[in-house]
Amino acid sequence: MAKSDEILERRACITGIGQSVIGRRLFRDPLELTIDAVLAAVEDAGLTTDDIDGLSTYPGPMEVPPGFSGAGAYDVMDALRLSVGWYGSGLETSGQCGSVINACMAVATGLARHVVCFRSVWEGSAQGSKGRAAVMPGGGDGGAARIPRAGGFQQWTLPFSAPSAAIWIAMFAQRHFDRYGTTREQLAQIALNGRKNAALNPNAIYTDPMSMDDYFAARMISTPFCLYDCDVPCDGATAFVVSHVDAAADTRKTPIHIEAVGAAIRGRPSWDQFDDLSTMSNRDAAAQLWTRTDLKPSDVQLVEAYDGFSFITLSWLEALGLCKVGEGGPFIEGGTRIARDGELPLNTHGGQLSAGRLHGYGFLHEACVQLWGEGGARQVPRRPEVAVAGVGGGNTCGCLLLTHRN
Amino acid sequence: MTAEATAADTTPAPFRILPRIDDRNRFFWTSGADGRLRFLRCQDCGYFVHPPIPLCPKCHSKDVAPEAVSGRATVATYTINHQPWMPGLEPPFVVAIVEIEEQPDVRLTTNIVNCAPDDVRSGMPVTVLFEHHPDEPDDVYLPLFEPAKGA
Repeated sequence: MAKSDEILERRACITGIGQSVIGRRLFRDPLELTIDAVLAAVEDAGLTTDDIDGLSTYPGPMEVPPGFSGAGAYDVMDALRLSVGWYGSGLETSGQCGSVINACMAVATGLARHVVCFRSVWEGSAQGSKGRAAVMPGGGDGGAARIPRAGGFQQWTLPFSAPSAAIWIAMFAQRHFDRYGTTREQLAQIALNGRKNAALNPNAIYTDPMSMDDYFAARMISTPFCLYDCDVPCDGATAFVVSHVDAAADTRKTPIHIEAVGAAIRGRPSWDQFDDLSTMSNRDAAAQLWTRTDLKPSDVQLVEAYDGFSFITLSWLEALGLCKVGEGGPFIEGGTRIARDGELPLNTHGGQLSAGRLHGYGFLHEACVQLWGEGGARQVPRRPEVAVAGVGGGNTCGCLLLTHRN
Repeated sequence: MTAEATAADTTPAPFRILPRIDDRNRFFWTSGADGRLRFLRCQDCGYFVHPPIPLCPKCHSKDVAPEAVSGRATVATYTINHQPWMPGLEPPFVVAIVEIEEQPDVRLTTNIVNCAPDDVRSGMPVTVLFEHHPDEPDDVYLPLFEPAKGA
């Protein structure tokens, strides 16, 4: 294990969280949503924008795919006339919350004292009534004639009609099914659990009850995934204030401590060349996290784990050591263990499958909500003191172990 | 299906988004002209390099050159896609990741054809075949895979 005085992420803590209004399609200016979330987080921390001296975001400005990025760091910096000692953004990082891990390092080095991290999406509005096909090559109104040639990584997927992460992750899931005997009935529990929790979340997109029969009646997207294994695009923004522990005295709430983070990737950084197709780089990020703490997986009381596709959550449970590798299916079978009132509550806001694809940040946000006891109707019965957020999938994964003493 | 794709071809291939050919990948996407699949191979240590880059990741030699392989591979994993994401293949169709016989850590994302989608399995032996797309300045040959004969 790393020496404790070298685990510098412990110099960082989370002092505020914020979200904009969230909806399936809001048709609002995405910068406005972003600023709403940022200001909510700053206020939650008991700070003002004059206190904010750092900015971090994922992925930064991107026009394609439409709706994937609502604002870049410069947009927010300029809109709020921030004066910052450090800032950064980027897609090539350890999952969406790699941007939060970067912020921890910025405050640990003293480049900033209070860093705002944000993630903003407007994929619901951008895709409109045509759904995800609208943002695929040749989708929307352009048709085949306007499709450009595939370069970079896309040359290895688009010529084979494999444009979507649904297809790529489905192949990881199939590998797990074949290797360990995991079943669709087991995987369904990720979707069913999310929907049950979303019913108690006033900001969730889909709240109607879902049964196992509903799950099996849904149309297939790419085997073994049906529609309910895929998250729902939405509009909304989420923000955090990451502060230096020495500066946390200025803030309103008792801070959430960052016990350890994991950011590693040890296999090839590729969807199809990664060494073990039954796992992902969460294997490496999570293993690194546990080298940086005396806490054990058995100490975790709450897990918020990315579900862009249901299988990714199962993969995180295994990667984080919350169950044995290969036993994720039996671990979630029946759904009682991962229920809000179960022994290891999972995705208590509904996850991206039901609460909307806020893209990673929603999981860390929900971990903070629960640690602060602010969950309202969905607060887990025994308020947790140790939570883990595992965010991202494929070759872009990061995780944070959080503690909060009540 | 585009007019360009069918005009010069008596056995029209389905519409495909074609790769953007450059100096680094031209050998790969045109390799099927003689029915052979090729990958870059380190001429010093023998390691196959994919996707193509101008050096060997194992020994850092810059002496890498295309070499033909057997075309035999194994299905590492697969999915039957049902969703019409974009113009192209008619669902349902199989997307698979195959590992080449010579070096299993060289993988291709591809389609399994000449086989009912429900009959595809992980571990299944497959062999390459090429789908010809007449194009300018280089014809493109997409490597697809079908069940190995006798398998």
